[in-house]
Amino acid sequence: MNKTTVIVGLGSCGLAAGAGKTYDEFHRIRQADKLDFEIKKTSCVGMCFREPLVEIIDDTGKYLYGSVDVKRVDEIIEKHIKNFSPIPEYIIESEKYKSEDASFFDGQVKITLRNCGHIDPESIEEYESRGGYEAMRKISNTNMSYEKVIQSVLDSGIRGRGGGGFPAGMKWKFARNNNSDKKYVICNADEGDPGAFMDRSILEGDPHSVIEGMMICAYAIGASEGYIYCRAEYPLAIKRLNIALDQARKKGYLGQNIFGIPNFNLEIQIKEGAGAFVCGEETALIASIEGERGMPRRRPPFPAESGLWKHPTNINNVETLANIPWIIYNGPQEFAKYGTEKSKGTKVFALTGKIKHGGLVEVPMGITIKDIIYKLGGGITGGKKFKAVQLGGPSGGCIPEYLSHTIVDYDSVNATGAIMGSGGMVVMDETTCVVDVARFFLDFTQKESCGKCTFCRIGTKRMLEILTRITEGEGKQGDIELLEEIAHTIKDSSLCGLGQTAPNPVLTTIKYFRDEYEAHIRDHKCPALSCKKLLTYEVIAENCTGCMACAKGCPVNAIEGEKKQVHHILQDVCIQCGVCFTKCKFKAIRLS
Amino acid sequence: MRIKRIIPEKIVDSASVSEIPDLTLMDPLIEKYKTRKGNLIPLLQGTQEIYGYIPHEAFLKLNRETGLKLNEMYGVATFYAQFRLSPAGKHIIKMCHGTACHVQGVTAITDEISDLLNVKDGETTEDKVFTLETVACLGCCSLAPVMMIGEETHGKLTPKEASKIVKEIRRNEKFTENVKS
Repeated sequence: MNKTTVIVGLGSCGLAAGAGKTYDEFHRIRQADKLDFEIKKTSCVGMCFREPLVEIIDDTGKYLYGSVDVKRVDEIIEKHIKNFSPIPEYIIESEKYKSEDASFFDGQVKITLRNCGHIDPESIEEYESRGGYEAMRKISNTNMSYEKVIQSVLDSGIRGRGGGGFPAGMKWKFARNNNSDKKYVICNADEGDPGAFMDRSILEGDPHSVIEGMMICAYAIGASEGYIYCRAEYPLAIKRLNIALDQARKKGYLGQNIFGIPNFNLEIQIKEGAGAFVCGEETALIASIEGERGMPRRRPPFPAESGLWKHPTNINNVETLANIPWIIYNGPQEFAKYGTEKSKGTKVFALTGKIKHGGLVEVPMGITIKDIIYKLGGGITGGKKFKAVQLGGPSGGCIPEYLSHTIVDYDSVNATGAIMGSGGMVVMDETTCVVDVARFFLDFTQKESCGKCTFCRIGTKRMLEILTRITEGEGKQGDIELLEEIAHTIKDSSLCGLGQTAPNPVLTTIKYFRDEYEAHIRDHKCPALSCKKLLTYEVIAENCTGCMACAKGCPVNAIEGEKKQVHHILQDVCIQCGVCFTKCKFKAIRLS
Repeated sequence: MRIKRIIPEKIVDSASVSEIPDLTLMDPLIEKYKTRKGNLIPLLQGTQEIYGYIPHEAFLKLNRETGLKLNEMYGVATFYAQFRLSPAGKHIIKMCHGTACHVQGVTAITDEISDLLNVKDGETTEDKVFTLETVACLGCCSLAPVMMIGEETHGKLTPKEASKIVKEIRRNEKFTENVKS
């Protein structure tokens, strides 16, 4: 009989849900009861909505338990580990039981996330036991030339997963063709899009795959030094990357003549970003590594020609690099089997917002947005109506419900006015106001604009002012046209991607939800009942218990009423702050 | 542009800043990075790690010992969100204002904490226990709304729960202070 193994998912989201305490509890009980089972850790399998996740492997098979908080640990040990009787109601998936939530895995194809949630990210042995560093060995053993490596990447059709969608193989070719005694490879791990966390998950769950991807790239373009530019907001990712780099150095996978390839030398170091969204842009990222303010530079020259310290440099995103070892090992045709004509392979999406099954999904390109939301994501929470999905973060746009049959590939998504971006998919229901969402993104880009280009610096500020005015009921006729005009000017006259795409959230929401903008401006109404300043608050007499919570909370004393008597809101005093609505426990405040 | 970061809304009273920090703590850091290319950001990050912010004197010392120009250092320090030029509280509350958290109503939670502690975004409580900050995205979007206190992330919050967590930290702080005195 083999020893039973308990594997606890300890990614950032697992930890936020209390997985650390769960892990400790397994240890505590094992020691207290002198039990003989193994406890291991892994990272996220993407099923964030059922964290903390615990997998138990025994002689009868594998069992994935969901929502294992500290309280459930004792019961699981008692029933499953001691008495060999699994608890079906807590199991998400096993050979015998399958809960409804397991549909989350149906239709997913895991290439990028092949190891996430399956290995201990702090163990190089576990990475190697699942085919890790085999791609490098293949290159070494078969004397694969750099031309052939680049050709494989070109043939796979993989395009930049960070948002640009530029063919990765082309980038490599340009960097190779520039002769220099020094070249650099950079991994862009400055995942700044609010609403996207796939890079964090990969770095936390499978750091070696990114390092191996960088090695292959370094070999292909002829680089001898590598940087991983990671945002400081991801402390766990940085910690695990450091462990992985140390392990690789000890094994001789980094250093001189690595994998026995003569004159192939590589050293990789981590650069911690200091918090600036614009540093995701490659020239700004380079400036930041050089120790300057992260301001984009004019291209050309492209980094492939003159990048870090003016040497040829290739920059790829985390997700792109994590795919590379798989492509080299399994061959480009295997990768190109998935996807559409111009967008090959799979893509990882971060499903968040008003969706039942929030988490990370990896799907073949070409699947429809509707399928992602309803089949994998389980639909909208609280039985509400699906309104739109925001794709591509602050550079992207809103795709309305009636276009949800759009397939996900670079070109189809671009055609809607949104962009694929890094793959953040924020689902919105009827209670989300799109004008407010547009205002939210402009607030973000306005703050993050580096200030170099006037139109981006001042234009976004003016757009934000107009949008704020509209959401506060002060909108004027002509505001929509003014927004459009400024938006196009910013797009036309900004140097980098940040400015060129910043107006997208506004333009797409105007395109698909113009009536909502008009309702705000003309009728001073927010159809989604979200913009506080445009609402009227009334007491529903039948529900009011006269508890006085709302009256006490009201900052302007606009609520009248005696204790245990129905209260009343004085409309001419009310400042629409919404405090009464949040304070009321009896659903006695009506918004209209 | 982050104008707010260049001109702080509330100028910190000079008494709390005027204590000159122990600058020798920076020596190993300077030794390590002195001759490296692109050392400006790691030096500032290291300094902030030591003091919790970048003291005025530290800029001068870096200028003397590494030759980095003051205006360049100040330019970088005010460009990136990470750097602070005045001391922060013992616990930094980072409220995630990413898209998912916004859609799930984090604004109400920030308001609640802001009222509870009587500080605005970026400010520190008078007792120097808490600093409230809004950040772009903590990357735990499926647990939105999220806040991070120190290294710990708290997910699926309601205004009530968030204030309960903060109150508990405050209680513990008061308790240890009482024990000390």
